[in-house]
Amino acid sequence: MSGSKLVPYVQAAPLAIIMFTMVGIPLITVLVISFWDSDGISLYPMFRWENYTEILSRGLVYDLFLKTFIYAAITLVLTILIGFTCSYFLVFHVKNLKWQIALLLLCTVPFWTSNIIRMVSWIPFLGREGLFNSTLIQMGLIDAPLDFLLYSDFAVILTYVHLFALFMLVPIFNSMAKINPNLIEAAQDAGAGSWMILRDIIIPLSRTGIALGSIFVLTLVMGDFFVVRVMSGGQSASVVSAMKNNIDQLYYPQASAMAIMLIAVVLLIVAAILRVVDIRSELAK
Amino acid sequence: MSASNAKRGVSFYLLAAFFTLFVVFLYGPMLIIFVLSFQGETGGLTFPMRGTSLHWFSDLFSSSRYGDLAGGFRRSTGLGLMSMTITAVCCLFAGLAFRSRFWGSGTLFYLCIVSLVVPGILLGLGISQFFQILGFRLQWWLSGLGAHLSWTLPFGLLIMFAVLNRYDNAWDEAARDAGATPRQILGWVTVPILFPGLIAVALFGFTLSYDELPRSILTVGGKNTLPIEISNMTTNVTTPALYAIGTVTSFVSFAVIALAFGLIAFIQKRRARA
Repeated sequence: MSGSKLVPYVQAAPLAIIMFTMVGIPLITVLVISFWDSDGISLYPMFRWENYTEILSRGLVYDLFLKTFIYAAITLVLTILIGFTCSYFLVFHVKNLKWQIALLLLCTVPFWTSNIIRMVSWIPFLGREGLFNSTLIQMGLIDAPLDFLLYSDFAVILTYVHLFALFMLVPIFNSMAKINPNLIEAAQDAGAGSWMILRDIIIPLSRTGIALGSIFVLTLVMGDFFVVRVMSGGQSASVVSAMKNNIDQLYYPQASAMAIMLIAVVLLIVAAILRVVDIRSELAK
Repeated sequence: MSASNAKRGVSFYLLAAFFTLFVVFLYGPMLIIFVLSFQGETGGLTFPMRGTSLHWFSDLFSSSRYGDLAGGFRRSTGLGLMSMTITAVCCLFAGLAFRSRFWGSGTLFYLCIVSLVVPGILLGLGISQFFQILGFRLQWWLSGLGAHLSWTLPFGLLIMFAVLNRYDNAWDEAARDAGATPRQILGWVTVPILFPGLIAVALFGFTLSYDELPRSILTVGGKNTLPIEISNMTTNVTTPALYAIGTVTSFVSFAVIALAFGLIAFIQKRRARA
């Protein structure tokens, strides 16, 4: 039987080899380089803490992290509201399974298209002469175009919600669809109102989906550099967009040190979410 | 709650309106740029339309202003096809392996999760530095492909888990009892049953790679992929050509999605008949 015990190792080997060389080793490389020195031309292998102490001694990094957290928090709240409401509609109001799947797929299709194009597509809508402004002016609601719509924090967050709402919707839908309808009926028979059912049954039983979706949305927002650069018109920066500037100037060790700090923060947040909700055991149910 | 009643209450219509708004929010801006990509030659980035033309589409591939779009498109489809194949094969076998606990399965699972969670550009930095330290040159078909796989494989694995959730191991055992060799079980039982799920994994493998930007930037070397070319255009190009390339690449994505959905529907229908 020793031959069959080897089977899973052989089966998992291709994935393991690729993941190890393309994720494991590169992350270790970033960690190692974060202790090196550089003068913007070449790298000098050594062990020094200066990259970290230098970053932490500058106030800028705290602003960057704060800004990133604010983007992430607002996006998180909005995507949870949207994801929860849409899932609630699909699960509890669309009774026909075929319609449920069709409507969910309708929401999923944009996920398989280009994020860059989906971001760019807001430009003709939000710009000074964009559709939104010209409509408002024609309706006589405003005299001059609103400037805060494009190239602003508003545009950045709007784009985040647009791009990432799906990552919240699908996990919440998944956990909501698993709620036993008998449970809700029993609560109704016992005299619970719809608000009470929502608060005491549906929200607690959707928490796995909310947690999973939050992990996706938080990490996607915190890892973004492109949306924040384009949609803020270069006025705002996040941790990763600042890091991208370091990379462009070939200051790899500094960028790596910042990267390691960001990864540490992200993993801490993910671990905290996993502590509250045991996703692995809940997924197995 | 109106859900259990046959009659639809106010809450149904309110929620339906909210859902409809969300769908409009998802698709509306995209539809606008599809329309604007047919701007006349003198038209700009916003309405009004100054006539309709295919000018900006032909401009895309005839003018050199927009970088190497044709080359980028070739490389991106190539990478997409390679990522798709490798993702489907690796995730099929890895998914089968994960049905039993093996030494290192936890570590491998967490490595996949970390790869999803880590900001893409950092992984790109790590891969590019790792290659440079080893003295390898960055090539889109090697380091670029590896970077894409670090993104498509974890997604594929999670979908494979969902697909295998509905797979009964007794089917394998029945085939084994009937005297099938492991290879026959795989080819005649496992793969045919899982095929619709594998198409879904392949769809993810292709589209995630085809549209990948952050992991590609530092890893593809001298030759850019299409998303990198497009991202450069967002800062340089102020003509509807930007929307034209958006229409073209979205059309490719939609065609791939339709193909995958069509294949799945076709297989399900044939099964229902059998």
